[in-house]
Amino acid sequence: MLLYALRRLALAVPLLIGITFISFFVIQLAPGGPLDFLINPEMPNFDPKFIEAIKQEFDLDKPIHIQYWKWLNRLVRLDFGRSFAPDGRPVLQKIGERLPITLFLNIVEMLVILALAVPIGVLSATRQYSVFDKTTTVFVFVGFATPDFWLALLLMILFGIQLGWLPISGLRDINWEYLSFWRQQWDLLSHLILPIAVATFGGLAGFSRYMRQSMLEVVRQEYIQTARAKGLSEQAVIGKHALRNALLPVVTILGLSLPGLIGGSVIVEWTFAIPGMGQLMVQAVFSRDYPVIMGNLVIVSSLTLFANLLADISYGLVDPRIRVGRRGRR
Amino acid sequence: MRRAGGTLGLLPAILLALAGCGVEVEGKGDGVPSAASGPAYGDTFIEASIGDIQGLIPSITSDGASHAVGALIYDGLVKRDKDDNIVPHLAESWEISADCLTLTFKLRKDAKWHDGWLFTAADVRFTYETMIHPKTPTAYKEDFLQVKDVEVLDPFTVRVTYPTPYAKALDSWAFYMLPRHLLAGYVQGGNLREAPQNRQPIGNGPYRFVEWKPGEKVVLVANPDYFEGRPFLSRIVYRIIPSQATIFLELKAKGVDYANLTAIQFDRQTNYRAFRKAYHKYQYAGNAYTYFGFNLKDPRFADRRVRQAFAHAIDKQELIDGVVLGLGREATGPYKPGTWAYNPMVARYAYNPARAKALLAEAGWVDRNGDGVLDKDGQPFAFTILTNQGNEERKKIAEIVQQRLREVGVAVEIRTLEWASFIKDFVKKRRFEAIILGWGIGTDPDQYNIWHSSKTGPDELNHISYQNPEVDRLLDLGRASCRREERKKHYERLQEVLAEDQPLIFLYFRDALPVVALRVRGVEPSPNGIMHNFPKWYVPKELQRYTSG
Repeated sequence: MLLYALRRLALAVPLLIGITFISFFVIQLAPGGPLDFLINPEMPNFDPKFIEAIKQEFDLDKPIHIQYWKWLNRLVRLDFGRSFAPDGRPVLQKIGERLPITLFLNIVEMLVILALAVPIGVLSATRQYSVFDKTTTVFVFVGFATPDFWLALLLMILFGIQLGWLPISGLRDINWEYLSFWRQQWDLLSHLILPIAVATFGGLAGFSRYMRQSMLEVVRQEYIQTARAKGLSEQAVIGKHALRNALLPVVTILGLSLPGLIGGSVIVEWTFAIPGMGQLMVQAVFSRDYPVIMGNLVIVSSLTLFANLLADISYGLVDPRIRVGRRGRR
Repeated sequence: MRRAGGTLGLLPAILLALAGCGVEVEGKGDGVPSAASGPAYGDTFIEASIGDIQGLIPSITSDGASHAVGALIYDGLVKRDKDDNIVPHLAESWEISADCLTLTFKLRKDAKWHDGWLFTAADVRFTYETMIHPKTPTAYKEDFLQVKDVEVLDPFTVRVTYPTPYAKALDSWAFYMLPRHLLAGYVQGGNLREAPQNRQPIGNGPYRFVEWKPGEKVVLVANPDYFEGRPFLSRIVYRIIPSQATIFLELKAKGVDYANLTAIQFDRQTNYRAFRKAYHKYQYAGNAYTYFGFNLKDPRFADRRVRQAFAHAIDKQELIDGVVLGLGREATGPYKPGTWAYNPMVARYAYNPARAKALLAEAGWVDRNGDGVLDKDGQPFAFTILTNQGNEERKKIAEIVQQRLREVGVAVEIRTLEWASFIKDFVKKRRFEAIILGWGIGTDPDQYNIWHSSKTGPDELNHISYQNPEVDRLLDLGRASCRREERKKHYERLQEVLAEDQPLIFLYFRDALPVVALRVRGVEPSPNGIMHNFPKWYVPKELQRYTSG
């Protein structure tokens, strides 16, 4: 098992380098470079000549493969470089200050989605074609189809303006520093309720459908029949025997959505003015801030590779058949 | 699990021309309520900004937000008052030699940096050295490269000399002064961007820096030692809210005290009682105009009669009404109505399709084959207008122009392009027939870079390849004098020539549409906008909303 994990880990390194190599070249294909956004082409009092000096500073006057080599050399020393933006800050610092809020937001969102999607999926499957099944189907698909930004604006109008219960945007109150500890926590929470609600509503459909599907398959299995035949209560059959098996594919999907946790939700962060990873990435892309884009990419792709590995390993741990099969092959 | 992003209304942060000149300002609020005591210290003022700042040394940034914040932290030697005159600031007086070559500033003796250091002549010289240093990544070098020398005569006297008269000399010293004691090493090392000053600045202006939470907010507090007296508003918070729609909702919920409205918000969505009771709306000409330009290397557009015909075929008022709901002013040249260089007595082109057709016929464009499109030498008059994607305003202009030109027999296609590629691959490489684009205007009327025939190179700004010896001469004369009356003569003539020649069709100046919370008093609308006396804005004690801070 350990050997297997190590081998997979070793294989991930060239894969990661390949990903960065392709990405580095692909982002250069977008029209315009970082320097084209430093000055507004419609302002005549900007001196375009200063661009030349910056070009050298950022090595942008060198051929792309040399730029890539230099970047890779820094990367192996875990130096992600500095942002091209005029603040010139290290990429890791920029990502570091944005990551906690996005992680927090997405983990809470994921937990809420799971807490809702699992029961919805189970109930829909066990009561297939019932009124409950049909209503939740409609509900989750409406959620899936509703544009995030539109729903966000509607909720802001309702809860922020008409009812005045919740703040509209941002993370903290203007006077946050002066609030008591518990008021601060409540303030932060109240700012997060709407963004999480919007993100959850959109993400509910996927998970609940997977859950329903997987449950439907499991309840048709013979061992469920056996369990029923043993005279177990319906609760025990579904809750103990069926649910555990039905959860397996959901766990896989959960693993694969790990990297998404740090990517951030662009629309939610944009609309609610939450300074997270999604905003950072969008701004970096718009201004062609290559070091920030690449930094983010390396982190997300390493995580994806790691999550894949983790999923594969945990499969073996969770499902004895896979473990046995692998040993058999060897 | 996450759906791919749908249509995002993400526009690159639009750079707002900040310092500038304006025309009359119309207040459109309910007026000032009666219960109000006099000026008082205190309260927090919250501004909404769609883009984060790029850094806190504004000399090396080029975005609107950084300059809005920077202008409150840093002062210059001179500033512009509400009537757009240059008045003393860190310099209490100045003298200009008769030949316009020397400029001697007497500095105030009571101006201090926020860390207590005295502001002296050495800082002025240091600012100059910083700006011209080859490793300083600034786009504002040009004014300082004209300087021959900056001499420190005594700690409070500086003499600036120029090799030739430079019209913008005095104006250029309104630029942010930088602290020598904090930055000297970074300028020499060429890593100014990495200086702590770029994160936690020590300025000399009316407000002190407190914190910058990237993507979230920038907080400033009043400087109690400010040489013009402590500003009334105690705390300024710039909230970064990327979505224009969210800013508008925050306004409705009274979560922000200052924001810029869009035309539709101004005209249609803010005319209800509750809004008028909370905010005062202001309207004045903005610092940029939109134009319809031609590639003058194209023989069809090189003919002045064709350009004049197009000017007659387009109804500018229709564009203003249709595109910005009437919230704009007709442009007759590159200067804003109401500014000192503006000349209203220039040739105007009333909407007159018959006249347009006659001019086109004079130029040889007649519909010979009866297909509804004019032709000459067997070629139909057809061309493509390019403009940038995501700018609804320009797209609408292009569509209206297309329709109006069709009526006089010219076939126009419209193509929208991604911003970066539009500028880089088409405008800069002169690969276009016609474009719809804009120009920002600065505080000084010098427009050498845009119109002079020496500026037609690939990276230069005379995009339309305009060449006119008289214009060249006027531009040279205009920037070579330091006396406003003399310069005014040249620029007035320049506008006459441009109006006659129509190298491009000046369309309109869009209005700036800011709103300010009604509890804030002391706002003085002027030709120079409303921000010119910001440190004097206040909230009467009984109306103050935020007590902490």
